[in-house]
Amino acid sequence: MMQFMLLFSRQGKIRLQKWYAAFPDKVKKKIMRELTTLILSRQSKMCSFLEWKDLKIVYKRYASLHFCCAIEQDDNELLYLEIIHRYVELLDKYFGSVCELDIIFNFEKAYFILDELLIGGEIQETSKKSILKALAAQDLLQEEEAIEGALRDIGLV
Amino acid sequence: MSAIKQVFNEAVERVKSPTPVRLRDLVRNIRAARTAAEERAVVNKECAYIRSTFKEEDSIWRCRNLAKLLYIHMLGYPAHFGQLECLKLIASPRFTDKRIGYLGAMLLLDERTDVHLLITNSLKNDLNSSVQFIVGLALCTLGAIASPEMSRDLAPEVEKLLKSSNAYIKKKAALCAFRIISKVPDLMEIFIPATRSLLSEKNHGVLITGVILVTEMCEKSPDTLQHFKRTGGKVGSDDMVLVPNLVRILKNLIMSGYSPEHDVSGVSDPFLQVKILRLLRLLGHNDAESSEAMNDILAQVATNTEQSKNVGYSILYETVMTIMHIQSESGLRVLAINILGRFLLKDDKNIRYVALNTLLKCVHHDNYAVQRHRGTILECLKDPDISIRRRAMELCFALLNASNIRSMVKELLTFLEAADPDFKGPCSSNIVLAAEKYAPDKQWLINTLLRVLGAAGNNIRDDVIAITIQLISENSDHQMYVVKNLWLAMSNYSEQEPLVQVSLWCFGEYAENVLAPSDDTQEQVTEEELLTFYQRILFGQYSIATKEYALNSLMKLSARCSLTNINKVKELMSSFACHMHIELQQRGVEFSQLFRFHDHLRGPLFEKIPILEKSTSSTRETSSPVTEKASEEVSLPIQIESNALLDLMGGMETGHEDIVLPKPKATIPTINSKPMNNDIMDLLGGLGSAPEEPPQSSLIEDFALITNSQPLGKISGITAFSKDSLSIHFNFERSPEKPNILSIKMTATNEGPIPMTDFLFQAAVPKTFQLEMLNPSGNVIPPSNSDVAQLKMRIKVSYKVNNEDVMHQAEVNHFPPASWQ
Repeated sequence: MMQFMLLFSRQGKIRLQKWYAAFPDKVKKKIMRELTTLILSRQSKMCSFLEWKDLKIVYKRYASLHFCCAIEQDDNELLYLEIIHRYVELLDKYFGSVCELDIIFNFEKAYFILDELLIGGEIQETSKKSILKALAAQDLLQEEEAIEGALRDIGLV
Repeated sequence: MSAIKQVFNEAVERVKSPTPVRLRDLVRNIRAARTAAEERAVVNKECAYIRSTFKEEDSIWRCRNLAKLLYIHMLGYPAHFGQLECLKLIASPRFTDKRIGYLGAMLLLDERTDVHLLITNSLKNDLNSSVQFIVGLALCTLGAIASPEMSRDLAPEVEKLLKSSNAYIKKKAALCAFRIISKVPDLMEIFIPATRSLLSEKNHGVLITGVILVTEMCEKSPDTLQHFKRTGGKVGSDDMVLVPNLVRILKNLIMSGYSPEHDVSGVSDPFLQVKILRLLRLLGHNDAESSEAMNDILAQVATNTEQSKNVGYSILYETVMTIMHIQSESGLRVLAINILGRFLLKDDKNIRYVALNTLLKCVHHDNYAVQRHRGTILECLKDPDISIRRRAMELCFALLNASNIRSMVKELLTFLEAADPDFKGPCSSNIVLAAEKYAPDKQWLINTLLRVLGAAGNNIRDDVIAITIQLISENSDHQMYVVKNLWLAMSNYSEQEPLVQVSLWCFGEYAENVLAPSDDTQEQVTEEELLTFYQRILFGQYSIATKEYALNSLMKLSARCSLTNINKVKELMSSFACHMHIELQQRGVEFSQLFRFHDHLRGPLFEKIPILEKSTSSTRETSSPVTEKASEEVSLPIQIESNALLDLMGGMETGHEDIVLPKPKATIPTINSKPMNNDIMDLLGGLGSAPEEPPQSSLIEDFALITNSQPLGKISGITAFSKDSLSIHFNFERSPEKPNILSIKMTATNEGPIPMTDFLFQAAVPKTFQLEMLNPSGNVIPPSNSDVAQLKMRIKVSYKVNNEDVMHQAEVNHFPPASWQ
């Protein structure tokens, strides 16, 4: 089971944090600080895995953004590398060639996408198509509400 | 559509005033801040504004404000005041509000926050909503933050949704159930019937979540595991038993053609395959019948999976783990190890890392199969990635055996020379341990040890020095050779302190060999050169410990050989009499006094140390003639005859030696870290052997703790010593009226068939304690565990509290007969 997932920039700025296990805020901050410095100091020729306390850290850099997740000892690190990749693919499909700015300005969407891929640290859907369909349907629902609200406000409904 | 929406939105915003800053603008403002202080100012201003709007009821901007707050939260600023706003948004009927509200709940709350009662109600409502996405949001949130209480309250709702006909809801409910079970395993029962049917679904989302749920149930409860093995699916239908069912799904995955929806670079749904393989591992573990049923499919997966991309590797990796974990056929196991061997040749460093890691896990079961890949593993020692090198090193040590020791150690020594400093300690210790265990001959072993000392430099663990000295002392044939070699090494490696320390010890101990004429072309060492060497060490940039070695060594040298320039030695000694470091100063003073007033004693005092006995795992006695000298002040040897003097401290340490790496502290000349004492005999005792060396301070404290804090507490006994068929147990008791006195009942048991005669038990304690021993019940231990020897004791304990001496003594001879008869 994944314990948490972090996205951070090359400067160590957190772009997304998702916690599947409960940690006190202080500990969260410490973990983020430690892991960002640790991973940013790794050279590119090193492998994508780290043993860190009793967890395994799997990370990968896509353009300027590092994706990093913490998994348990008997989890398959190669598969989680694949899950990270799947998430990146989804972001890419959703935003249309995603960049760091997309995630900064639409961080809530990045969370929504992750929540359609994982629940409680486990993968819930292996089909990209289904996930994108569900996301599009939910966005549509929001748009309809916005239009309805606007119409009501100017007195058309 | 979105253009219309934007026009409307802007129209609305013009009408409403004042409108709060939009999220987009806030992000822009924060990003525009050039310093951390500026950023803080922007954030604080916005936070203050958001806080004020939260106080107003029914704000139509609540959603936007919370979104901004969540962004601020991600930057690391406190946002707990938004928790209640999340709940308000969740309760709103609008989907947009709910979406942000639930997102906020997942970010700002976790299972430890106490707003749960409030959120549980909202969740319950939304779980029953008719809109699937609202149910989805609620399930997702429950899956992220469910606490044990929430789990109990909402489990029936989740169970209902697990039976829904909608795959979107079903898969989310399955993972929610997974979370609930991991929080409250008792709730497993109610989910079992609904879980069974999940595995007969076609939808991959439902299948994979179902497999994950079953895996969790089986991991949590062995009963459920058995239950699923027998009746996996619907009762009665044969193909629905769990193992064949999973095998069938897996087979369909690898055999069926290309399906675009689940294809990942040519592999059909690797996520599902891996999760099924993992569940199979659980089912086949220690179960021959189930293992048999999955052998074929595992072989198919292992041979049919494409080996070119990470996805393929991830499946093969999981397959290998499953094969190694179940009772698989031996051919399959070899296949699995060979897959890992092939992994080692790949360019992808992740794959090499995983392969080494896995080999490390199975090397103890299938050592022979792993040995075949030794060459490849040795190659990995040169990998640029430090984690891969570390794994490779560990694996190499696991592969070392008597037949490959020469070639492996050669490679490892090359590795050691170039290794990073943090590798050198563990690597050198492991080489030494393995070399000791499998050495083909003594000459090789000594050469290896000296090379380790040379290669590891200053990053060596103390035990390597100890082991080397021990070994040299045991092999008198090679002492001359060693000493000459060390002398040569000193001209090249004199900055490596461990090597210097060993050299100093040897030069002192085998002084006559240093100055003896060489048998070959090597240069003859002159007294002049030797003294210059000592001078260089004593006044050079060396650690205190090395200088301590040097002083002692020089004294031994002066006693062993008739030096022509003895005044030089005296001069060196007296120059240390005012050294800044107290230990060195003391030695300087003592040795100078020895020269001045007791010169006739110098020879006898620096007699050769008898061959040191091992205190490693192979022989556990901590015995040495010098102990007798030392024990005079601290122990009262009572009984006669035994081949081992067990001091109380040593005994306690050796009790754990089966698991811990040996710490041969007790047999080497331990010079550093000994407490001061003006008695020169004591110092010599320290030189020769150190069973009376202060024990780990924790141990003393333990004693003190016991005596102070829990006067009547029951202390569990320990096995102090166990070797051959003799085992010695200590049971502890304290008389209530004298809580400072601990009585230790020693029970010696003979588990062998032959009686032991002339049994002697001796003990010593650190000076902070006093020990008295009573006569044992006898000195013969009859065989076969039938009788026990009982020991009565009088114990005297003294210690210091606030620098005041406290001493107590008592006799403990009222052991109830039942305890030893």
